[in-house]
Amino acid sequence: MTRLDALRAVYDRLDGSAVVTIMGAVAAELQSIGHRPNFFYLQHAMGLASSVGLGIALSKPSLPVVVFDGDGSVLMNLGGLTTLARYRPANLVHVVFDNESLLSVGGFPTATGTCTRLAEVAAAAGVPRTACATTIDEFVNAFTEAQHARELTTLVAKVDAIGPAAFVTDLGLLENRFQFQRYLQTR
Amino acid sequence: MPVSKVNSQLVFDALKANGVRLMSALPETWLVHLIRLADDDPDVTLVRLAKEEEGVGISMGAHLAGMKSAMLMQNHGFLASINGIVSGALLYRIPLVMLISDRGSFGERDPWQTEGGAVTESVLNALRIPTMRLDDPARVAYQIRQAQTLAYSSNKPVALLLTRDLMWEES
Repeated sequence: MTRLDALRAVYDRLDGSAVVTIMGAVAAELQSIGHRPNFFYLQHAMGLASSVGLGIALSKPSLPVVVFDGDGSVLMNLGGLTTLARYRPANLVHVVFDNESLLSVGGFPTATGTCTRLAEVAAAAGVPRTACATTIDEFVNAFTEAQHARELTTLVAKVDAIGPAAFVTDLGLLENRFQFQRYLQTR
Repeated sequence: MPVSKVNSQLVFDALKANGVRLMSALPETWLVHLIRLADDDPDVTLVRLAKEEEGVGISMGAHLAGMKSAMLMQNHGFLASINGIVSGALLYRIPLVMLISDRGSFGERDPWQTEGGAVTESVLNALRIPTMRLDDPARVAYQIRQAQTLAYSSNKPVALLLTRDLMWEES
């Protein structure tokens, strides 16, 4: 499964949710499908996308929140999984695209390519629902179930280590940030 | 434990009076009463962290979602949060109200705190983060209000250093 195909497969299901992505390929690919005011791309602060999602989810408990994370980012903030689990916001779906590499900076392998299984790490951290998908059908089913579960879910999607040719888009960081804040003010 | 309950209450009351409803924290000796106050207050969501940098992300999300927050940490927690502060809060113009216990300055008896105490203000200055020292109980409420006002008008982090004079009652 490619991450782009996975994003395309759930794109229409992101309506009405606050969406936070990590930087690099995930941000560029979601924008390539079509930017929307409810999407926020954390273009740096590696590891903190799930923490931003937690802050939104705790502040607006009735708003569905989706975080598109990555294996390199999760590994950089493993403690954040324990904080997510501790507060387990029912309105948060935490997707981890696991391509077993730091693709955006040369494709060097992460520990998930050799031994670490992030869905099990999340479960051991105390995340109440976890799943691991390796095909588009599995991913779409697991994502849909997570959206309806009303229980914190970490969904690991095993994806190919391929991405877009370039990462810079014409959407300014601050333009995105203020547009997203205004979107949240309406919710 | 000679951490000042009275002055911890002053700090907590000032944060609450300024609309702070979410506090992130990682325990340290000087913060024990503040953290307990936050934990016991049904109007305040206390988020206990594994590492302080998470608190930057949580405060970013809270701010974008319209929630006023504050971060309670030791100066070593601030030092551990710098990438998040620079490439999160500064890059995205997010107001952060950081209350940082200023361990390792004059009067410190724990040898392991002394390096952090020597560099904290220099690092804050290097990041051009406006900083005030809280050392006079009579001015705490005013200083916290002024700091929060600047954080929100500038859309940037501010730091309030919780000093030994304020937090520690040992003579």
